[in-house]
Amino acid sequence: MNTTGLLVFDGLLLISIVSLAWSALASPDARRSVILFMAFGLVLAVAWGRLLAPDVALAEAAIGAGLSGALLLVAVGEQSNRALQDNALRVSERNALRVRATLQWVITILCVALAATLAWALVHALDRATNERLAQIVSENLAASGVSNPVTAILLNFRAYDTLLELAVLLTAVLGILALGTARPDYQRTGPVFDGLARWLVPVLILTAGYLLWVGAHAPGGAFQAGATLAAAAVVLRLAGERSIGLPQAGALRVILAAGVGMFLVVGLTLLLLGRPFLGYPPAWAGSLILLIESAAMLAIAATLVLAFLGGRPPAIAVNEENNRC
Amino acid sequence: MTELVSSLMIVAGIGFYLAGSIGLLRLPDLYSRLHALTKADNLGLGLLAAGLALHSQDLLVAMKLLLVWLAVLAASAASAHLIARHAHRQEAGS
Amino acid sequence: MSELLSVAVGGLMLSLFLGLLRVLRGPEAGDRMLATQLIGTAGVGLLLLLSILPEQQALIDVALILALLAAVAAAAFTGQQRERRDD
Repeated sequence: MNTTGLLVFDGLLLISIVSLAWSALASPDARRSVILFMAFGLVLAVAWGRLLAPDVALAEAAIGAGLSGALLLVAVGEQSNRALQDNALRVSERNALRVRATLQWVITILCVALAATLAWALVHALDRATNERLAQIVSENLAASGVSNPVTAILLNFRAYDTLLELAVLLTAVLGILALGTARPDYQRTGPVFDGLARWLVPVLILTAGYLLWVGAHAPGGAFQAGATLAAAAVVLRLAGERSIGLPQAGALRVILAAGVGMFLVVGLTLLLLGRPFLGYPPAWAGSLILLIESAAMLAIAATLVLAFLGGRPPAIAVNEENNRC
Repeated sequence: MTELVSSLMIVAGIGFYLAGSIGLLRLPDLYSRLHALTKADNLGLGLLAAGLALHSQDLLVAMKLLLVWLAVLAASAASAHLIARHAHRQEAGS
Repeated sequence: MSELLSVAVGGLMLSLFLGLLRVLRGPEAGDRMLATQLIGTAGVGLLLLLSILPEQQALIDVALILALLAAVAAAAFTGQQRERRDD
């Protein structure tokens, strides 16, 4: 390909990423930082596309750009809270300054050390002989994995333990969220424009989530991206002022939240009982088992992200427990 | 022949994108800037997608491109209005 | 066609970069959010262009997700919560 256009592309992309990251961190206003962070996520998704990594680009677009932005915006809160925060800061600022300088130097040195270690590791890895590359091993064993997308094969088959543990981390996080108390207050009922947007956006997001889940077997996609897209649908519903956003009630919600880890365990233990290793799928069933686990994981991930956006227990759960108390 | 038309459409699309960004930079006011923004969304992406659809010669790809364009159209129309109304409310409140 | 592709990609990235200047400068939050929408649309265009490359048709899916989630981001920006009821 002609290189001038590509040079412009790569150069501007790099400058954009770095300057967005810098200004997002350096900005004094929290709300401004979040908007810059959202723009950063969008540009980063393009960067992943440039590196020809569609799975990561999907995840970045779904989670990094839209959903994280929404989560952070809600956390930062409305402008009126900012004035209160400013006054509180001024009082303790002077004491914090002295400590902060030393801490900054320590953190800077640690970050430089980390960057140097990563750079050394990268250079070292590029030197290794080509015949031990992981990509080759994966493509040789792809046929037996049950799917034809190498990323899904790695996540759900070759490295299934890692995914199991990641889902366990998500479950732990959700336990923390549930312990926060009741969810944030509802959103106001919105006007016709937002309603019109939500009316088509939510169904399209749900359909796209199902599509990503299904297509993940043979093309970029999978449970994480699908879960994030599904969560985005619920977030839009909530923003539109709907009380019921598709989250099931108390008991069913807990089942869904645990379903990611749960399905992994059910499949793994069943295989153990049948004499195979834990999560050692028989090649004939691998595809179906992977789809089963991914479906459960998608629901769990979506529910977790929605609860993170809600900021606590959904109101129905709180009411149920109050009824149980008296 | 199709290649020529497709290339022309892509170049025209990029032209509208650039016009939109320059407008976003140069226009004085948030409300006027949103006009520049929608030109990029509608015409820029539309011509780009049409050119790519012609180039691909595949019906499924063309339909996907059409879907992306429609999604961006509807989304940006609503977003531009909502952002402008939000800014207007902020101004009126303070 | 590949020459046109690299020119198109360069031009579109330039457009994105100009939008970036507005994100960094724009006095109000609304300006930044508008510019973010432009960055999103330019990103969609870039991903669609890159999808021409061999075996990269999945980037069209990425472009679709990007478009939808950019709308979600704008929706989150304009949403207004009620006051927390003390019950």
